[in-house]
Parts: sequence; structure tokens; C-alpha cells
Amino acid sequence: MSTHDPMPSGTAIIERRLLLSIVDVARAVFGAAASSIFLVDEETGELVFEAVSGEGEEHLIGMRFPQGTGIAGWVAASGQPMIADDLLDAPFARDAAESTGYVPSSIMAAPLFRGEEVIGVLEVLDRSTSFRGELADVDLLSLVAAQAACGLELLLRLRHADAAMSGADDVHVLLQRIATRVPRGTRTPHPTALKLLAAADELLG
Amino acid sequence: MTPLPWRRERREHYPGMPAWSLSTSRAALEEFHVSRQEEITKEWAYEGADGTGVRVCVLDTGVEGAHPLVGGLERSLVVSRGEDDRLVVTDCDPADPAGHGTACAGIVRSIAPGAALSSVRVLTDGKAGTGAALIEGLRWAVDEGYDLINLSLSTTRSEFQPALHELADRAYFRRCLLVASAHNMPVLSFPWTFSSVISVASHDQSDPMTYYYNPNPPAEFYARGVRVPVAWPGGREIHSTGNSFAAPHITGICALILSKHPWMTPFQLKSVLYLAADNVTALNGGTHVHT
Repeated sequence: MSTHDPMPSGTAIIERRLLLSIVDVARAVFGAAASSIFLVDEETGELVFEAVSGEGEEHLIGMRFPQGTGIAGWVAASGQPMIADDLLDAPFARDAAESTGYVPSSIMAAPLFRGEEVIGVLEVLDRSTSFRGELADVDLLSLVAAQAACGLELLLRLRHADAAMSGADDVHVLLQRIATRVPRGTRTPHPTALKLLAAADELLG
Repeated sequence: MTPLPWRRERREHYPGMPAWSLSTSRAALEEFHVSRQEEITKEWAYEGADGTGVRVCVLDTGVEGAHPLVGGLERSLVVSRGEDDRLVVTDCDPADPAGHGTACAGIVRSIAPGAALSSVRVLTDGKAGTGAALIEGLRWAVDEGYDLINLSLSTTRSEFQPALHELADRAYFRRCLLVASAHNMPVLSFPWTFSSVISVASHDQSDPMTYYYNPNPPAEFYARGVRVPVAWPGGREIHSTGNSFAAPHITGICALILSKHPWMTPFQLKSVLYLAADNVTALNGGTHVHT
């Protein structure tokens, strides 16, 4: 497990505030000790804390868990929501939880979808005793999860755009990036891309 | 009487020609065990049965075989990448890094203590491999001839739909019942939405043997899925909520029915499940309405 700031400084933007507001709402609706949104790392499959409300909100952002571990891991892998209660007696769940500095006795978790793909998990820790009943709780959590999924997708789009923009003012970096993307072998690039490259060649010359 | 017609080689009239039709004016129909299913009750369906003789496979995160509520496994396997990067099914330690499979296996065991349980771990290959591992594990389990396969999981990836569909149908004709949990999110997922499987969602009552028929598919049955006491790795027990825990209740009940009536085919078993459901047995011959 490692910590790092997944966002460059100075980009605490509306997308991040949206995620924070969603976990704040989730925490308030369920009267919970904490709520958090995990991103599934596209490269490693690890779960990364992206937004936290309540217990741990100061230090958890960026913390990672290996794929497939614990309840959030199963929810990410299976795409199914679930609730687990009475966890204080389960040392297995404690290991992961203790590293966060807070050991919950109950966890609700729902997957966050982008199309057919799970891109994250919404968790609610230690909800207050519900008068709605567990089935309604799962449905409500899934509703909030639909919102959280949109928020996370926006954040991912922003990051991809940021990554694509970085170095765009350096012609050599740009050319190198284009070169690595041009398919090798018999496949030819998109005709419009070819025209644009030809135009760039002319302009640079 | 020839045993297990669904496992037999296909009959041929001429070499290589499948003989699907039968000249019933000349040849006798083959013998098989008959139930008219006229007076089916829960007692008829599974009273006195404990699942003995029925083999159940749990496709999930792995199962902690030594857990007292699981009570040992017949086999424990995992789907992983082999040397040439192809998915292979190999024996592994009976362990569960996530807890979910152990919970499901414990529920089946609590209902059908005599059934033989096996585990195939398919949720270990990261998110990219989940659907492919599920298909590989399912194919293996269907070929192995398990009577029941518990699938408390699904995939949302449409690229896997044709392969899963073909496997679910193949399982059906091999008298291998897939019991799959319904997905509660507004996404399309498989295989619980296929007609060849038994799909299960949750009711919120506490009796493990209470289950209901749902006339509004695709979730065909409701079984216990709220605050279910389940086995958890480390020999522990927690309470868990989700359709994932409803499906293994129906798997366990199917194991009881098959151990008492080993000649039942999937459509007969589904009919018995329907006829013995709590909202059907109570109103034999009537219409179930809310009062």
C-alpha cells in the first residue's frame, strides 16, 4: 500500500468537489461514520481512495489496496452491491480496515459503472440503524452510486485530458507521442489524421 | 433402465447422423422415472433429504475449506493464466482472499449438509479478466458434470454474452443447473437474465427455507438475502445482505430436491421449486393475491 497525491496541486476542481459532495450526502443520508469513493486503477486493478467524508478524510486520499481484497474488492470484481455487518469479530476484514485507522463494524458497498465496466466502488461505513430496512438501503446506495459513477467518470475524463495536454507545447514531445501511437504494419492511420499530419508537416517546414 | 440419459452419447441411426426424432409407431419410448407433479409439497420435494449424492460447485472468490460452517471441500480450483497466457483451471489451496465464496458455500452447506461442495475461484484475475475467468471456470464445471453450480456473480460485459449463453444452454441439457443471483443495479448483466438458469433475488425474512416464486421475471424466486449469518474467512461468522446470499439458499434447496429425486431434469426441478414455493403451496388451486 502506498500513498500519493493523485491530483497535481492547484487542480482541486469542480469534479473533485462533486465526488466530495456525493460522499457527504451518502454519509448524511445513512447517518454513517464515513463514506468513501474508490477508483479502480486501470493499470493495476488496485483500489484507490478518491474521496472520503468522515473518519479518515484527512489522510486516506490516494491510499491503495491490492485488487480483490476485502468487501470493496469483491464488489469491484463482481459488480454486485452488498452489506456486511458484525465485522468487528472478523479479523480478516480488520487487517485492511486497520491500515486506514478506522475499523468499522459494518460496510455497505456498491459498484460504480461506466457502461459495462466497473470503474470504482462507493462505500458507507457504520450506517445508523435503518428504519428503511436493508433492501431499501441497498437500493438507495445504488442510487447514490449512479451519481458517484458520473462524478468519477468526469474526474477520469479530466485526468485523461490533462495527461494528453501535458507536453503539448513541446513539438518534440508531441511528435514522439504521435510516433508511438501510429500503428505499425499494414494498418494505416485515420485518413483525417494523415491529412492533419501532412498539414502540420507543411506548416513546420 | 439406463442411468442418466443426459450424460449418455447421442443416439444415431446412421454413423454421424443425430437421430433426434423417433419412430414411435415402431420403436418403444425409452424408460424414465415419472412424476406427475400433481401433489407436490415441500415434504414431497425434499423431506428427509440432506443433499447426499449431489455435487455442487461454487464459482466465486474461492472457499475456505477448513471453515467449520463449510465442512470441507471435494475439490478446490482456481482459474489463472497458464504459461502461454491462456486461462487454465488448476487445483489450489482451499482459501478465500475476499470472503464472499466462503459465505456462499457455508449457506449451501447449512441447507444441504450431505452435498459434496467444490470451489472454483474465478474472481482473482483483476477486473479485466473477470468475465473470461468466469467463462473458463463455468465451462470446466459444466464439463465436470456438477449437478448444481452456484453463481452469486455476473458479468456486465456484452462481449461475453454469446459464450455464456451457449454454456448456460449446454449446462441445461447436461442436467447441470445454474443458480444465479439477480443484479440489483440498473445495468444489464449475465447469466442471471437467461431463461436456462434459475435466478434469485432477496426477501427480507429470516427463515432460510422460506422462498417465494416471483411471477414477474427475470428474477424468478426470492430467497433469504438480508442479514444472513454467513461463514467468513478466519473461521468467523458475520451477517451479510445481498442477492449473492439469496442464490445459495436456492442452490441448497435444489440439492435437497435432487438428492431425493435424482431423475429430475432442469425444467422439472424448476417446476418443483415453483410448486413448493411458500406463496404457491399455501394456495393450491387458487390465485395468490395480497391480502
